[in-house]
Order: sequence, then C-alpha cells, then structure tokens
Amino acid sequence: MTASRKLLLKIKNSLPGWRLIGGPFLFGFLLLLTPLFLMVALSLWTQNYLDLDRTITLNNYREIWSHPVYTFLIKRSVLISLSVTLITVLLAFPMAYFISFYGGKRKALWLFLITIPFWTSYLLRIFLWKIILGYNGVVNSGLQSLNLIEEPLSFILYNANAVVIALAHAWAPFAILPIFVALERVDRTMLEAAKDLGDNAIRRFIRVTLPLSMPGIISAALIVFIPTIGDYVTPRLVGGTDGLMVANMIQVQFAKANNAPLGAALAITSLMIVVIIALAFLFFNRRYLRRQV
Amino acid sequence: MKSKAPIALFSFVVTYLIFLYAPIILLPLFAFNDSSIISFPLSGFTSKWFVGLWYEETMHRALKNSLIIAVVSSVISTIFGILTARALARHQYIGKKPIFGLIMAPLFLPEIIIGVSLLIVMIQIGLTLNIWTVIIGHVLIITPFSVSILAAAFNNMDRSLEEASLDLGETRFGTFRRVILPLVTPGIISSLLIGFTISLDEFVIAFFLTGIEPTLPVYIWAQLRFPSKLPGIMALGFILLVLSLVLLALFEFFRRRSEALTSGKPSSEHQ
Repeated sequence: MTASRKLLLKIKNSLPGWRLIGGPFLFGFLLLLTPLFLMVALSLWTQNYLDLDRTITLNNYREIWSHPVYTFLIKRSVLISLSVTLITVLLAFPMAYFISFYGGKRKALWLFLITIPFWTSYLLRIFLWKIILGYNGVVNSGLQSLNLIEEPLSFILYNANAVVIALAHAWAPFAILPIFVALERVDRTMLEAAKDLGDNAIRRFIRVTLPLSMPGIISAALIVFIPTIGDYVTPRLVGGTDGLMVANMIQVQFAKANNAPLGAALAITSLMIVVIIALAFLFFNRRYLRRQV
Repeated sequence: MKSKAPIALFSFVVTYLIFLYAPIILLPLFAFNDSSIISFPLSGFTSKWFVGLWYEETMHRALKNSLIIAVVSSVISTIFGILTARALARHQYIGKKPIFGLIMAPLFLPEIIIGVSLLIVMIQIGLTLNIWTVIIGHVLIITPFSVSILAAAFNNMDRSLEEASLDLGETRFGTFRRVILPLVTPGIISSLLIGFTISLDEFVIAFFLTGIEPTLPVYIWAQLRFPSKLPGIMALGFILLVLSLVLLALFEFFRRRSEALTSGKPSSEHQ
C-alpha cells in the first residue's frame, strides 16, 4: 500500500471519532485557542489613546520588565501563590494521611466533612476572612477578651499575610483530595514488608509512603498553584494595597487605564510564568521518582 | 497497622477542621443576628434579613440571570462531555491527544486568562457583552469536569451489552437511546449538577464578560462595598450554602447509582 492510500484509510477510520468530537473541538478552537492567539497579537500592538496601532512591537513587554511596578507585582504574585501552595500542601498532607490510614469505615464521611465549608459562594468565604482577621474581628476581640493582647493586631488584615491565609483556606480541599487518592493507592503490604525488614516508622514514611504519594502531592501543588496566581478576588477583598496581585493590575489595564494591549501582555507574561513553574514542578517530580527507583 | 491515630496527628486534624469551618460558622450567626453591623458581640435573633431579600428586585434579576446561565452552560457542557467521552472510549482518530488536550486545557488556565481573552474577542468583533458571552466562558471551564465525570461512566460500561443490542437487531441510534443512555444517565445527572454549581458560583469570568445584566456573584461583589447590605448578603450566602448541600447530596446519590449501574452490579433499587 502506498503512503497516500494509507493516509486516506487513516482519515476514513477517523471519521466516526471526528463526527463525535467535532463540536467540542470546534468550540474550543474558536472560543479558546483563537482568543488566546488574539490576546498574543493584542499584546504586540500599542494603544494610542482611542485607536489601536497594529504595528508589531515588543514595547509592552519591555515596559513590563523595565517598570518596577509591574515586575514587583509579578514577583509578589509568584511569591504569594508559591507560599499558598507550600502551606496548603503541608497542611493537607497530614489531613489526607489521617483519613487514608485512620479513617477506617468512615473515610467518605470524613471527606464529606472537609468539603462542606466550600459549598457556599467563593466571594463570601473570602469576605468572611475579613470579619475574622479585621481590626474588630473575631481573632482580635477573642485575643483581647483573653487579655493576651492590649491593642488589636493590625498585621493580619490588608496585606499579603491575609491573602495567603484566605487562599490557603479556599484551596484546602483541592489539595487534600488528590493527596488522599494517592495515599489510598499506597500498597499497605509494602509498609509491612519495610517494618519486617527493620525500618522504623520515620524511615518507612520517608522511603515508602512519601515516594508513593508524590504524584498526588505534585498534582495537589499544581491544582493550588495555577489558579491562585491569577486570583483577583482575594487580593481585592483582604489584600489592601500591600497585597494586590497581577490579576488586579490586568483588570485595571482593561478598565480604568484603558490600555488593553498592556493588559494582554501582562496576562501573557503571567501565563508564561505559570507554564514554566508548572513544568518545573513536573520535572522535579520526575527526577525525584527516578532517584527513588 | 494501628487503628488509633497518634494524639499529635489527631489534634492537628481537629485544629485544621476548626480552621476550615471558621468562616462558614459565621455565616448563620450573622444571617440571623439582629444588628446591621457585622461584628461581635451578637445582639439577638431575627429573620428580617431573609424577609428583606424577598424585596430585593436587583437580586432577583441577578439570580434569574445566574440560573439561566447555569442551566444553559451545564446542559451544553454535558452534551460536549458525552460526545468527548464517547469518542475517547470507542474510537481511534487522527489528533486524538491534541484535541483532548485542547478540550481539557481550561483546567490548567487561570480563569482570568479565559475571561480576558474572550473579552478581547468581543471588543475586537464589536459584539456587546450579554448573558451569552458569560455562557461561552462557563462552558469552556465546565466541559473538562463533564468530560472527567462522563469518561469514567463510559469507560466502565460493559461493552458486551452494546454488542448484544446490535446483534439482536437494534439500530445504532436505538442502541444508544435504549442501552447506552440509561446506563450513563446517573453520570449525566452528576455532570449537570456539578456544572450547575460551578457556573452559579463563578465570579471572575462573569465579572469580565457580563454587560449591564449582572450574575448573582457579580451582584454580591457590588453589594460587599455597602456595609448596610451585608446582613442581607449573609442571609443570601446561608441560603446558597443550604441549597448547595442539597445539590451535593443529590450528586453523591447519582454518582453511587452510576457506579453501581456501569460496573454491572445491580444496585439495591434495581433488584
């Protein structure tokens, strides 16, 4: 059979599959991929007051990397969302471990218990942290009535700390669930084998449980990291001026500042950073797993 | 394995649970608190904030918009989910992996990127923003969830049932309607429910793409600036929580049915 006949046959065999997937594919192509390309194009154009100058230039990117306002916001966003990822995963692991190893017959109930707080409006959940952390909030009035502090603490609201706390809360179940799933797959007989061969509890954890649950930890980290870096709501509600992040600046460029091309360039830059850091996570995961074998 | 957790682990779990429940516990407290200021100490019980919601015309319009958007986007996403899951489970075609990647991509994109890129298209084409632009954005982010749920349902399905139906003279369409569809119905319902909940709560995309007609989260966002509106918003939040939990319970019920049906084991209701 010649190459072209082979190709024809392949296309013919593809038809039934294409007929099914054609709709969803076209939708994604027209309304996701095309807009993303248009965003790249827009980021290479320039806004001249009311008109758009369509000559291709990297000026928007140059402006982002030369202005401390933008680099500072981007750095802060990365730092905040990496801290959120680290804290969330560190807190989620023992919880997932507890459910998987000590949950007994009530595992489903425990998982349900964890997800209940997350079934109300995202906006309100974040807003309620304002009430907890505020000047006259729950934490301050509680500490004051216990006579632990005299003046209300002011370093817990309207700054990056508050953003980290609120986000570490909002994304908790998204970290607990994948780690739990990975821990469920850990073969319990391996742990017994390690025990029989003389490993103590800590060594068993480091040499068996941790490596086997690493894929879950990495997916938890990605699930938390990717959306938090682009979060708009949390910095606006509890971040004050010291906690604003890149998404807020993107919105400003599209609205008040009327500089959509710069906004698009900021969005593309953040997207690139997300992709690079996500690939780094995956790379370290692979290296780590290879070293274990 | 020991069956009792070490004290340290157990106390961590309890503390963490308190952290997880901290905001949500405030919701009913302030929704029923007889004071227009959201702070402690609480001053007494009232249900007037719930009654007040009844007369909030703007809220009703926002709720109506949100419900329309949530129903339409979850239905479209579920149809896309069925088509994609079926193609993945039963067919080989050129471009299978990249097409799948494109459909699942919104899962790996910050929502603001999707909102902004669609906004750019709308501005460039010169279309005005309305409910449909929000629906497009929501379909993009819900479809990956529908695909994951339905792929599980289609993959677990026993292929021989389908073949038996064809052998016994059913047409392809008849087989789909009378054999496949009933088996994946619980999966379809859970996909609809999860899509509905995601859409109802989604803020950023709606914030960018809604025109003059706000959705419920966009309405809530606007109200958060006015201290006098806050108790009403707390009441609304409490209602949303209760409704979501009812939906969640339904979701769990259908997911279990789906598992029982597609794995071939008869569920108790079908014996």
